[in-house]
Amino acid sequence: MKELTLDAKIENIPSLTAFVDEWLEGLECPIKAQMQIDVAVDEIFSNIAQYAYGPEGGTAVIRLEFDAADRTAMISFIDSGVSYDPLSKADPDVTLSAEEREIGGLGIFLVKKTMDAMEYRREDDRNMLTIHKRI
Amino acid sequence: MKINKNLEGNTLTLALEGRLDTTTAPDLEQAIKAELNRVDALVLDFSKLEYISSAGLRVLLSAHKAMAQKGGMKVTHVSEMVMEVFEVTGFSDILNVE
Repeated sequence: MKELTLDAKIENIPSLTAFVDEWLEGLECPIKAQMQIDVAVDEIFSNIAQYAYGPEGGTAVIRLEFDAADRTAMISFIDSGVSYDPLSKADPDVTLSAEEREIGGLGIFLVKKTMDAMEYRREDDRNMLTIHKRI
Repeated sequence: MKINKNLEGNTLTLALEGRLDTTTAPDLEQAIKAELNRVDALVLDFSKLEYISSAGLRVLLSAHKAMAQKGGMKVTHVSEMVMEVFEVTGFSDILNVE
C-alpha cells in the first residue's frame, strides 16, 4: 500500500497524477487503462478540491492498493470535508442536444463508465471514495 | 498541454498536444476566447492529444455552441481513447468529429 497526503488544490493534480502513473508503470499497467485512471484521478480530485472544503481548505489522502490475484488497482480518495456521495447522483442525460446540455455530473459519470467498480463510504467524518480497475 | 495555432484565411486550427484536463482546460478556453471574434471556423486537431476529462468536454461544448452561430467547429484526428469518451458521454452526437 502507498499513500500520499496533499492539500486539496487543483494545482496539485499534476503531482498526484505523476505519483499514480509511477505506481501504475511499476505494475506494467497497459497505457489505455492508465489514461482512464488518470482521467478518474482528475475528475475525483478536482471535485474534492472544488467542493469538499470551504475557503480555509483542507487535505486529501490518496491510497493506492493492488490486488495481484486479479490484477486490480484500487485507488481511494479520502477527505474530511462535507459529507458527499458522488454515486448517489443521477446520471446525466447523454442524449440531449448541445443547447439542452447541463454542465455538471459528466465527470463522475465518465469515471463510472471506465472503472470496473466504485464504492463510497462515510466513516469517522471522512469521505472515502474507492475506484477499482483491472489492469 | 501545448497548443499550436495556425490561422489560414478565417479558419483557425488549434493542434493540442498532451492532456486536456482540469489543469489545462482553462488554457484552451483562453486560446479560443482570444480568437473567437476574428475567425469564422475552428478546427481542433487532436492527433497528439493523449486524453480528455470532463473539464475539457465543457470547453468543447461551449466552443461548439459559440461557433455554431458562425462557420462551425470541427474536431479532427481523434484517437480511439478520446473517441470512447465522446461516445460514452454522447458528445459524438453533438460534435462534428472527423
